[in-house]
Amino acid sequence: MAMNNSNKSKIIYTALAWGISGMIFFPILWTLLTSFKTEAEAISANPSLFMFDWTLENYSDVLARSPYFNHFWNSVVISIGSSLLGLVIAIPAAWSMAFVQTKRTKHLLMWMLSTKMLPPVGVLIPIYLMFRDFSLLDTKLGLVIVMTLVNLPIMVWMLYTYFREIPHEILEASRMDGCSIAEEIFHVLLPLALPGIASTLLLNVILAWNEAFWTLILTAANAAPLTAFIASYSSPEGLFYAKLSAASVMAIVPILILGWFSQKQLVRGLSFGAVK
Amino acid sequence: MATMQSRNLARMMLFPSVVLLLAWMIVPLCMTLYFSFLDYNLLTPGSEEFIGFLNYEFFLTDPAFFASFFNTLLLVGGVLLITICGGIGLAILLDQAIWGRNYVRIMVLAPFFVMPTVSALVWKNMLMNPVNGLFAHFAIWIGVEPVDFFAQVPLLSIIIIVSWQWLPFAALILLTSIQSLDREQLEAADLDGAGPFSKFIYIVMPHLSRAITAVILIETIFLLSIFAEILVTTSGGPGYASTNLTYLIYTQSLLQFDVGGGSAGGIVAVIIANIVAIFLMRLIGKNLED
Repeated sequence: MAMNNSNKSKIIYTALAWGISGMIFFPILWTLLTSFKTEAEAISANPSLFMFDWTLENYSDVLARSPYFNHFWNSVVISIGSSLLGLVIAIPAAWSMAFVQTKRTKHLLMWMLSTKMLPPVGVLIPIYLMFRDFSLLDTKLGLVIVMTLVNLPIMVWMLYTYFREIPHEILEASRMDGCSIAEEIFHVLLPLALPGIASTLLLNVILAWNEAFWTLILTAANAAPLTAFIASYSSPEGLFYAKLSAASVMAIVPILILGWFSQKQLVRGLSFGAVK
Repeated sequence: MATMQSRNLARMMLFPSVVLLLAWMIVPLCMTLYFSFLDYNLLTPGSEEFIGFLNYEFFLTDPAFFASFFNTLLLVGGVLLITICGGIGLAILLDQAIWGRNYVRIMVLAPFFVMPTVSALVWKNMLMNPVNGLFAHFAIWIGVEPVDFFAQVPLLSIIIIVSWQWLPFAALILLTSIQSLDREQLEAADLDGAGPFSKFIYIVMPHLSRAITAVILIETIFLLSIFAEILVTTSGGPGYASTNLTYLIYTQSLLQFDVGGGSAGGIVAVIIANIVAIFLMRLIGKNLED
């Protein structure tokens, strides 16, 4: 009887969970399906979920009519470039905060977090004017710099929480054995912290890929990543749902897959270690 | 334990991060502050002059400021309310024994990885469009008048889209927190005859408080600067009905080229964000102590 009851509740909970998560996922599924429809079918008043003439025409249209690969490449360079550059700057900082703690360490961490709270509009005009004067507007280099700085506090925080979990004794032992600090970092700390560093990198690639304030404001045709490319679909001409869907699918699929792989690390990273 | 040498080295290794963040924050912020006292328009370069607090007077007495201030509060508050209530519900549901939990989790999490411009355009066109959108088809099918979302309820429409983006994040963080809950405590409560409701209030909620704090903090940081979703759906309209502070300052500075006025607005936005930040930093600071 008890077995029966728990089975019954399992069925109910399973149905409920699949129903709700299906609803949450639906807009993405719908976009994916629409990307394989013809434009006429895409706006049909009697939309069909699977029974339509599947076509790849929208994908070839988007690729033919717009420099999609340029934008894709821009996204890759900006997100990976800024994440790697960020790591190079953040690893030494996180190392000193985790292993050479002073009274100021906690304040410094809080201050770094607080820079994340500065609304970007507070620095919008100076950044825009500086970019204009240094000819950085609409360049990948400019966006790599901005994305590095925007995500630097998150990187330091994430690395700090990972480094903290590495036992002090291991580092001290290596120092006893006569390792220099550089050797200690490269040969002892980095291999131990590699999973943490990898997930920091991954999360920051995702964040930079999807960032849509600076990328929209500081780029035009040349350096525009996919966020800005998709935004150009906001003033459509004629029938465009299927093409919008195809372009959207191509913009989100790489990061969706990366994200699914890194979901566990995402929680730690984005909650600044407050939730593990 | 740290030697003098490693202490100096530690300082050196902190240096780049601290200097870069200072430069990124303080230098432009000082420039914004300086511009905010000038009559400075990009269309008439060279004619800048000092006008004291006039920009602030114009900005703060502009009806657009009040509209966008309240819109900002509604947007942040509305999204927080929906994502945290929905997130707690989802977290409890996903914590139950269910078949295919991994697939459910992947589906719930997906919207978080969709870039803002894509989610806004997909919702605007394919779901919320009053003629060709799926919601309109559905409304006609059940025999009611379709809602013209972005004309009739622009701010609510944006709240819905942004909530969809952030619900996965809240649910995932809260789920992780629930899973670390001590099961024995719940079993003990069961033995004492506690109902599901009192278990929720007295055991689950206190355990979740830290995670909820984290969710509020992180979401607020991002929600105060919502921009792309507004740009590609309503452009702030109709009128100022869906303009938030970020978007208002953007139009003033980069569409009307009013650097002085936009800068004054930027400083006001920074002050408002600071007021929020002080509360939030206290919360997370307390949490860091444990």
